[in-house]
Amino acid sequence: MNTISEILTTMSYGRSPEDPTIAIDWLKRHGETFGHHINGTFRPPGTTFPVINPATEQVLAQTTQGTEREVNQAVRAARRAQNHWQNLGNHERARHLYALARHLQQHSRFLAVLETLNTGKPIRESRDIDIPLAVRHFYHHAGWAEIHNTVFPDHVPHGVCGQVIPWNFPLLMLAWKVAPALAAGNTVVLKPAEYTPLTALAFAEIATGAGLPKGVVNIITGDGETGTAIVNHPGINKVAFTGSTEVGRLIRQQIAGTDKSLTLELGGKSPFLVFADADLDAAVEGVVDSIWFNQGQVCCAGSRILVAESIAERFESLLRRRMETLRPGEPLDKSTDIGAIIHPDHLQRIQRLVNKGIEDGADLHQGRVHAGCYFPPTLVTNVQPASVLATEEIFGPVVTLTSFRTPSDAITLANATRYGLAASVWSENINQAIDMAAGIRAGVVWINCANQFDAGAGFGGYRESGFGREGGREGMAAYLTRPKPKNRKRERLLPPPVATPVNARATSEIDRTAKLYIGGRQTRPDSGHSYSLRGRSGPIGRAGLGNRKDIRNAVEAAGRVSKWAAQTGHNRAQILYYIAENLAIRRKEFTDRLHSFGATRPEAEAEVEASIRRLFWYAAWADKHDGAVHQTRVNYVTLAMHEPLGVIGIACPASQPLLALISLIMPAIALGNTVVAIPSQTQPLAATDFYQILETSDLPAGVVNIVTGERDVLAKTLAEHDAVAAIWYFGSSNSATMIENAAAGNLKQSWIEDGGIRHWLTDEGQGPLFLEHATQIKNIWIPYGA
Amino acid sequence: MELAPWMFDRHAVNRNAAERRAATLVARRSVKKHWQAAWLINAIRCIDLTTLAGDDTRERVERLCAKAAHPLAEYILAGLDTEPNLIRVGAVCVYPTMVRHAVHALQGTGIRVASVATGFPSGLIPLDLRLAEIRYALAEGAEEIDVVISRELALKQDWPGLHDEIVQMRAECADACLKVILATGELGTLQTVYAASMTAMQGGADFIKTSTGKERVNATLPVSLVMARAIRDYFDLTGVRIGFKPAGGLTVARDALIWQSLMKEELGVDWLNPGHFRIGASSLLSDIERQLDHFVTGRYADSTRHAAS
Repeated sequence: MNTISEILTTMSYGRSPEDPTIAIDWLKRHGETFGHHINGTFRPPGTTFPVINPATEQVLAQTTQGTEREVNQAVRAARRAQNHWQNLGNHERARHLYALARHLQQHSRFLAVLETLNTGKPIRESRDIDIPLAVRHFYHHAGWAEIHNTVFPDHVPHGVCGQVIPWNFPLLMLAWKVAPALAAGNTVVLKPAEYTPLTALAFAEIATGAGLPKGVVNIITGDGETGTAIVNHPGINKVAFTGSTEVGRLIRQQIAGTDKSLTLELGGKSPFLVFADADLDAAVEGVVDSIWFNQGQVCCAGSRILVAESIAERFESLLRRRMETLRPGEPLDKSTDIGAIIHPDHLQRIQRLVNKGIEDGADLHQGRVHAGCYFPPTLVTNVQPASVLATEEIFGPVVTLTSFRTPSDAITLANATRYGLAASVWSENINQAIDMAAGIRAGVVWINCANQFDAGAGFGGYRESGFGREGGREGMAAYLTRPKPKNRKRERLLPPPVATPVNARATSEIDRTAKLYIGGRQTRPDSGHSYSLRGRSGPIGRAGLGNRKDIRNAVEAAGRVSKWAAQTGHNRAQILYYIAENLAIRRKEFTDRLHSFGATRPEAEAEVEASIRRLFWYAAWADKHDGAVHQTRVNYVTLAMHEPLGVIGIACPASQPLLALISLIMPAIALGNTVVAIPSQTQPLAATDFYQILETSDLPAGVVNIVTGERDVLAKTLAEHDAVAAIWYFGSSNSATMIENAAAGNLKQSWIEDGGIRHWLTDEGQGPLFLEHATQIKNIWIPYGA
Repeated sequence: MELAPWMFDRHAVNRNAAERRAATLVARRSVKKHWQAAWLINAIRCIDLTTLAGDDTRERVERLCAKAAHPLAEYILAGLDTEPNLIRVGAVCVYPTMVRHAVHALQGTGIRVASVATGFPSGLIPLDLRLAEIRYALAEGAEEIDVVISRELALKQDWPGLHDEIVQMRAECADACLKVILATGELGTLQTVYAASMTAMQGGADFIKTSTGKERVNATLPVSLVMARAIRDYFDLTGVRIGFKPAGGLTVARDALIWQSLMKEELGVDWLNPGHFRIGASSLLSDIERQLDHFVTGRYADSTRHAAS
């Protein structure tokens, strides 16, 4: 018995539980058993599996394991609904999204309680963060439904989206997936995580109540197999996945070559940088918001603290003290900071990784513990860079602390990861903070804050943290597409290169040896072979037969040119103009070359002329592909910066060898990327002539590298290469699967198109599409307040 | 102690982050039922029940003192399972000329009288007159002195000047409790609030206090957070436990809970007593009484049933 007198001596908080009755009643109303929600109604339950409350390990309900048959039904329902939904008109769709937002808000406490019951997350978080953000997402996208045609002219929805979401923020992740999909005119088949399907089912019921047309959103429950069935279903046009990098890679492989659009939001091992001039208490709270939010089960959690040596000791002591005031407890208690871990299996995984870290010699500091499926807030010091704790995503409340000496040290350590989801930078020096934000390779950088989210900002990763954005303009773009060019014929199968001598004489005036162009040098192919080329009237010369090593050398050369991205757009434009100028001077020579490969004179002239124009076009864009300032929260500037991807591998189509090459290389380098290009396999000499122009146009060595040879062999090596950030393959449709499979290794972005279908001479050969493929968007959150 | 600028001159305070922490502090903790009653009783014990109006009279002060000694109606007290003698305010705070009346009215209650001094609220009178005012208030029987700082010195970052003034005030107070009002609403930045807090503590303050109640902005949570952290840092460095007094703007029972929660989270329970925490307030007490009435009776109360102050 706690009497007031006793409490006065301890000044403890006592219990303050949120009443779960409303959620329990809802579960009861459904007999604690759920089927899928397809075409606007609940289906009868099938083979079910239990859904537990991880805090009590009690079974909350039974939900149905989705089968291929049921996935079929859902996709069919979504397909049937899609036309109507798209053609409903923007305003009508906006009204539906607005209604969804309103209805979610009306049920906000019910949803918060249900979420907390199912995930074990503190009710404060579901009540104050998850649900309000989900509601905001629908409001924001009600707006996009209304105006997206104005902002995204010439775009259409993908059709039916297959979406697979994780268990850490079930309803919020649903909102991130469903709201933009619907706003754009897509319909949805969504699978919530096996552990946490309840709020998705509640959402489906609420959506029906809000008058959403049948079939627009279909919820299929089940495990990974069900997810696979959705992702692989031929009726799905776009796949969106949030979850582990491992599964993301599998999905990339599963749908390789299918023409399905894909966005992936994957894992992270995000750095958290604290400089000596930071507000240390603020940074400590930042750590709390980062890694002790949702028990650290957050993909963008700042799990690697990097702290300036001069304040490391003080920071650690402040952090450890703060850790002690975190209250683990019943998730439904309003004063709980640390809730339950999602599942006993996951708890074991965290424990296993931590044990491994201890074996590696790390020191553990832990906050209060709570009995059951809980893990205490944990700070790990003395962690070696190679330790599993420093490299693996733990997905638990475990953070490492390491010190750095200088800002450049900090950047190096921050980027020493294969992920690139988020980062947090703490410094009162705006020069230093923004320098870090620019240097860290991550999709989101929070300056003097952490884990800030808003529907108006983009969220998503660099590198192995995935691609595509959710939220804001960039998130909307992921659910719209431009109709593909389809007027022309597919590219014909290319004859394999013949490297043996051929018994025919080439017809050029002076014998010239076309070489590879790597790191600013004309290089002989590593193989020592060349292959013969045929023109309009027989053999026309030979080109170097590049191999894996040439690609390796070219990628290394391209990766070394760090200064290119740091140049101003103006400077890059100047070089593009200079290339155009030099090409214009040698117009006749290039026309002859193209003619010799079979183009008629007028065709050849048109191609050279179009090439010069294209150079001007991308020179124009070099300093104009601006980012944006998103409107997120009061007293925040949220910058959406366009950044180059890095090294882009480009495989060119066989035809229009000069124009296609320029059309693909120029957007990439205009925006700061470097390129390894495989020119037309059958007509590579326009490209090898072209490197002479590059050489005389002040283009820094290594920005463009050209490797001639067998396109698919070289493209595969490029697609597999871990230092290549993106692969653009314009070639045989038959090779799409091979390329996209190979690209899954480091989850590089792939742009695959048949080499024959695009009309390079027209506007199809240029446009924002190319610029978008050449950039990724980094969102930088900068709060202010004097 | 001597002025030690190294304790604050490189200390950064980020306003946006402080505001975020303040906002989540409120949402992170909840006290209900018996706990809430206890926390509200503790708040009563920490109140400096205050009247600082131009129209204060002897009668007004006497009425306030009566309320200070009997903050809760009998039927409420009876419903709380606690020692009734424990339930009285921390002090009564008045203008120097009212000290005499308050001391008289509070005889035998053990409640101390606090007096504002040093040209309250602006502090813009010559230093010797400010010091004389402290002497006057002490002579009238005040045991606690709430002084205001010269904002000008803080705004000019003249920490030696500010430190020097406070040292002199400290000396004038002798053993009396010295509360230094920073008038944070007029200091401009949280960085300055932190530096002024440190300077005041180094100068000998027993409490640092947010506001006079007369500034346009009085006690806010972000300001209180920064001051509490300064107190913590000072304790870390010196081992001396300085008290905190938010004043102005705490008007409802929920505020009392929030500010106590802030103290507990940032400083620990050792600060949750009248020796180290005071709330300068006038109307707060009546709202706390209404809440405790509800706790005891289960009905929502109206203040007409409670004694006016």
